[in-house]
This record gives sequence, structure tokens and C-alpha cells, in this order.
Amino acid sequence: MSIPTRHFDALIIGAGGAGLNAALQLASADVRVAVVSKVFPTRSHTVAAQGGVNAALANVLPDSWHWHMFDTVKGSDYLGDQDAIEFMCREAIPTVYELEHAGVPFSRLDNGKIYQRPFGGQSQNFGGDQAARTCAAADRTGHAILHTLYQQNIRSRTHFFDEFFALDLVRDAEGVICGALVLEIETGEPMLIEAKATLLATGGFGQVFRTTSNAHINTGDGVAMALRADIPLMDMEFFQFHPTGIAGKGMLITEGVRGEGGYLINKDGERFMERYAPRAKDLASRDVVSRAIVTEVKEGRGCGPNGDHVLLKVDHLGEDIISKRLPSIRESSKIFAGADPVREPIPVFPTAHYAMGGIPTDRFGRVAVPAGHGAEEIVPGLYAAGECACASVHGANRLGGNSLLDILVFGRLAGKNIIDYVRENPYQRTTDSASLEQAMSRLTRWEQKGEGIPVSQLRAEFRKCMEDHAGVFRTEEIMTEGYERLCELRERLPEVRLHDHSKVFNTARIEALELENMMDVGMSIAVSALKRQESRGAHSRPDYPDRDDQNWLKHSLYYREGDRMDYKPVRTKPLTVESFPPKERVY
Amino acid sequence: MKISVYRYNPDIDERPRMQDFEVEPFQGMMLRDALLEIKKQDESFSFRHSCGEGVCGSDAVNVNGRNMLACVTPVAELGRSIKVRPLPGRPIIRDLVVDMTQFYEQYRAVKPYLVRNDPLPEQEILQSPADRDKLDGLYECILCGCCSTACPSFWWNPEKFHGPAALLQSWRFLADSRDQATEERLDALTGPYKLFRCHTIMNCVEVCPKGLNPTRAIGHIKDLMLDKGI
Repeated sequence: MSIPTRHFDALIIGAGGAGLNAALQLASADVRVAVVSKVFPTRSHTVAAQGGVNAALANVLPDSWHWHMFDTVKGSDYLGDQDAIEFMCREAIPTVYELEHAGVPFSRLDNGKIYQRPFGGQSQNFGGDQAARTCAAADRTGHAILHTLYQQNIRSRTHFFDEFFALDLVRDAEGVICGALVLEIETGEPMLIEAKATLLATGGFGQVFRTTSNAHINTGDGVAMALRADIPLMDMEFFQFHPTGIAGKGMLITEGVRGEGGYLINKDGERFMERYAPRAKDLASRDVVSRAIVTEVKEGRGCGPNGDHVLLKVDHLGEDIISKRLPSIRESSKIFAGADPVREPIPVFPTAHYAMGGIPTDRFGRVAVPAGHGAEEIVPGLYAAGECACASVHGANRLGGNSLLDILVFGRLAGKNIIDYVRENPYQRTTDSASLEQAMSRLTRWEQKGEGIPVSQLRAEFRKCMEDHAGVFRTEEIMTEGYERLCELRERLPEVRLHDHSKVFNTARIEALELENMMDVGMSIAVSALKRQESRGAHSRPDYPDRDDQNWLKHSLYYREGDRMDYKPVRTKPLTVESFPPKERVY
Repeated sequence: MKISVYRYNPDIDERPRMQDFEVEPFQGMMLRDALLEIKKQDESFSFRHSCGEGVCGSDAVNVNGRNMLACVTPVAELGRSIKVRPLPGRPIIRDLVVDMTQFYEQYRAVKPYLVRNDPLPEQEILQSPADRDKLDGLYECILCGCCSTACPSFWWNPEKFHGPAALLQSWRFLADSRDQATEERLDALTGPYKLFRCHTIMNCVEVCPKGLNPTRAIGHIKDLMLDKGI
């Protein structure tokens, strides 16, 4: 098989915050780095992050990384690994300063320092008063950060492969991963990129749900590639439903709205979060607020003609604050909800938002999987960072402002670690022809002609199934039905056919490849969720309403082969401080 | 509702054509929703899109002669006849997908990154709220290309005139109190074309989906050049 081949020291798949921050470290160190992205880099979904990035800078209120760590461990419902969390919260501070130096246009305080706003789940002094830890560039922080990182990569002359779709990882004869087979979308031609180290930074997969804040491109390509490479996915049952998506549409309304003083009301005009979280109210953790909204609607206190949403009231903040601090939210609300928040409340309902789980890594971004009994082993040359990875810093529930932080800290660190790795492993491995053929079969499968199910039909059925059976509240019955339905859909996948077999910019073919990825990812969520018989963080089971630390204080691992589950312990020992033992989680 | 879209697939079509599709409108339907509906009817129809909320900048198209982002354009505002074409003046790859290479090259040409020569402080570089306010209306650009591909000066001299999007970014860094490359930036813009081909036609301002004003930014650069006597 003759396929054009390129060689680099490092290959990064994905050009969001994690991929670009890793690329920047590598390019600045004169490591030859290729970044493959299925869209032009500034179209990556980091661009849509709104509220900000957490770091205990203490610019507005007293703060410390240790308090940030406590909040993150508590927010994770004690499922987060405390060594990785300590590391992230410490690194947050230099990471944000580095971004500022790179040019991010953060909003400013009168003394010239970076503006910080309060966000959900933040406290001073280990559970005391509300903290203000989220560094913001108005409500466009992700945009500001992504563009800055791309700009600095231009300066560092990173090699970009824009609009190339990664098909699969490839291995050498010994089974070591040595790059990826990619597809140039414009020409429809495959290309092999061989590298000494490969970083998966492909982001999230909210598209597996019908109603989501995630972009069309968030289809879990990287996590599905890992699954196909026999790597398990960790904690996939923990999927965050953001409390405030625009009702019926799913577009995000940042938690920053509540951070600035907005609050939720039901049809009686009642500020109902006071009942669910007497202390933190609207700034309780996201899982808590999402459940409260769904409960209000279920119990008949929803708003609108169908009583199917609640309202986010903002007008009392005044036009000045809204225009200054929340300009994009005002714009989005006007366009998609037909409501100007200066005058009327925004109709909201939870929307599928963020994957806490993903490819298991250690705190250096190295992919780490159980080997034999217990011990973890590093997968040589393979890294993962960002939403597709699971370090695990978010455990069962992520705090707002910690996702930009996660991608930046671990993207940067993976980059730095790869620099060492390629220096210690200077020789390029050669792709085994069987591995290449297997990767190529992903393409040839879609060359089959004839009548069959259209991609769009199976995709719609699949996403509806995920929404109905793996949402905010999950019972054994709902999930079992969902699993059976997913199995049926999976069996129908081989009957799906493309009608368009042309080569040039064939987006139908890309969507077919994405559907295969999404269905593998959806199954990992469904199976992991069905097996976990407790309620923890975002995984809420009315039939097992309590957290069960006795049996379930452990990470799930889903293997694609045979839909098999395995488990591994939570790392409760931090790097330098005392462990935070599990406690009841109240806000 | 009838929507007419531009079709061209270099694999099979000798020349481009317009094709009509019938789409069932719904309350709050955006143009992107309509294009997705067309793709459901005919999967060979190609266009770029992603975030669906006007921040990724993927789905700029030309509708009835005007550039816009499909995802934030309600179909109800487009009148009875809707003709969707690719952005003007760019090579067509397929259907609504155009080759934006030159647009990105112009962007890179203005060195769109903060340059700081002083040693970096341990904490943030301080910036007053008033200085930060100068970046509003500049940094929000999403590189959708609506402005540059609506600019006659860019159509005529795309290889020489940087175009409104790139020049907006040039001013974004000139206006940043933290940047220390003013002289180099201005020097790089001298000559009759790169900057001075702007004839303040203001198509860019007209079409920018984020409400930005590249013409004003270009004016500021020209003023600064005069101030510095370049």
C-alpha cells in the first residue's frame, strides 16, 4: 500500500486549548511538531468557552490554591485523584500568568490586575464564604485564549494540517503507537503521519446527546480511537449537564451570569435554589442546580406554555453590567431565545455539556492503563490532554472554570513531557503494514455502495436514545432499556451506506466516520452508567439515591471488547498536603 | 419555503449551478438549520459549520448578495427569495466551501501576536481598565472572512492588500498597551497597498456579524503613522 507519509517528532491531534498549548511548548523548544485538526484551529470548540478559568490569584478576594483544591475535590464528589488536583490547582497560577503574558485580553480591575468573578462551588477557607476565582475576558474567555494560543503558535512556526481528519492510530510491529492515519478533507486522500510521540487532544463528545451546548465537531474522535486501540475509557458515566442551556436549543448561558448576580426562578417567581442549596443557592455545584431545575419542571413548576423550562433572571443587574460583563450572553439570548436579558428573563433548561471521563492519564498527560492486576502502566509514546482525557481532576462533577484550566495545565505539561520523551526516544518507529491496513479499512468500509440506512437517520435515532436514557436522572429500568436499544442501533451500523462517494470535501463521509466514533462513545457511557449502583456527582440514580463510598469510591474503566467493565482505586493521596477524606457534600 | 443553493462538485460538475430545495420552516429557524435540512435531503451538499452560535466563524456564506453567518441568521429575515452562494472572490472547493488560504496568509502577515521585549513580571503585566477597553471591538474577531471577502480592494489586490480582517488584528496589537512592536508593525504596513488600498468603502463594517468596525481600525493605523511621521 503506497500512502504519502510525513515524519515529525510529535503529532498532536486536535487544535483546541490543550493541543495548541502543547504545540506551543514543543515548537518553542524546537521539537518538530505537527498539529492535525479537522477544522481551522480557531474553530475548535475551546472558542465557545465563556465564563473563565480558575486560578487562586486572590485579585478580588483572599484565595489560595489549597482552597481551590478543596473545592475541586468536594466538587468531584471525592472521585477526583487528589495528586492530580493538587498539581492542577498549584499550576493554575503560573499558567494564567503565562497566558496573560502571551496576550490574552483579560478584563481588568482598577488596579490593573486580572478581573476575577465568583463561580459555582467556590469557597474561601475550605467551605467558608464565596470566593472569586474565575479569571475572565468578559464572557468570551475561551475565544480570547484560543486565538492567543493560535497566534503564538504562528509566531513559533508550528506545522498545521488544517482540515485533516484523524482516522486511526497506527502501531509498529511491536505494537507501539507510532502516529496516525489521517484524511485530507479537501482532497479526500489519506496520509500517514509518523511521529515519536502522539498526543490526543480531540476534546469532548456532547454530540452524542440530542440537546447539547457542544459544537457539531464534538464527536469523540480521539476517545473512539483510543477504544479501538484497546485502551479503556475511564469514568464515562459522569457527564455534566450544564444547568443553563437556552431552553429547547441547548446553547450555553454561562454560569458567569449567576456569578455576576443572576438567579433562577420557577413559574411562581420563586427563587427555588434557596430550597435546594440554602447556602450557595444559585452558585451551588452544576450537578445540584441541574437536578433542581429538572425536579421543578417534573413537579409542575416549570415556565412557559408547556411548563418545560425555568427562567434565569438578570435584568436587576442593569444594562451597564450586562453589556460590560456579559455582552455575548445578551447577544445569544436575543438571537436564540428572542429575549433581551436587560428587560426579560432567559428561558433555560439543562443541556449536555461536558465529559468528566475520558482516556485515563497520569498527571503528566501520559496514557496509563491497568496492566494485569492493579498496577498501572504507561502506554509508550501516547499522550492525552483536555476534555478527551481523564487525569482525573473532575471526578464525578466538574466545577465551572476548571475545564479551561484542565486543558491549559495538562496540555502544557503533556507538551513539556513529550519534549523529554522524544529526546530519550530519538528514533522513529515504522508503521506495521497490518496496522496501516486496519486503519485504512475505516475508509474502505464507506466505499460500499447500494441501498442502506442513511447516516443522518441512524445518527438522529442514536442521539435521541442517549438523551432519553442517559440524562440527568437515571434508573435501572431506563438505562437497561437504553442499553438494549443501543445494541440494536449498533447492529444496524453495518447496514448504513453513503450515497455520496466523491472525494473532494465530502462532509457526508466525515459524518459517517464521526457516527462510528459517537456510537462507540455512547455505548461506553451507557454501560458505565448502568453498572454504577450509587448516586455521585453528575451520575444520579433515584433507585440508588446515596453515595456509596464503601463499594463505589473507585474509577470505572470501560473496554470496547465485550462491553467489559473494570475498576481502579481513586488516588486519595495528594502530593504534599493532607488528604481530604470523603464527607457529605452540601452547598 | 424554497431555498436556492450554489452547487459545484469538481469531481462531477463541469460548471456550477443553482439548485432549489423545499424546506419546512419552524419558529426560530436559522439559515444553518435550513442548510442542515437540505443536507438531510441530499447528503452530497457540502458546507462548513460547527458551533451553531456565531463564535467559531465556520459558516460564513453569501445570501442574496450579502455575506453573513448562517447560524445566527434567522431565515424569517431573509425575504421570500433566498439564494445562498459561497463567499465571493475566493476559489471554490465545493458547493459553499471556499479556499480561505489567502485570507489566512494575510492574517499571518500582520504578525498577529503580542510582542513583549521587556523581561516578564512574576505576575500579570498590569493594564488599566481604560487601556483594556481599547481592545473591545477588536479582539472579538472570529476570522469568518465576511469582511475581507466583501471588500472590493481585497477582490482587486488580494495578494497585496491585507484586507480588513488582518488590519483589524494589526490594530488590535498596536492598541494593546502591553505590546512593544509598534515601530515594526507600522514599518511593515508602509507602501501603497498593504494598508493604503483601503478606500473606506465600508462593506466590512456593513457585514461584520460581530458588529466590529475594521474601517475605523484602519483609520487609527493611518493616524498613528502620521503621528509617528512614517
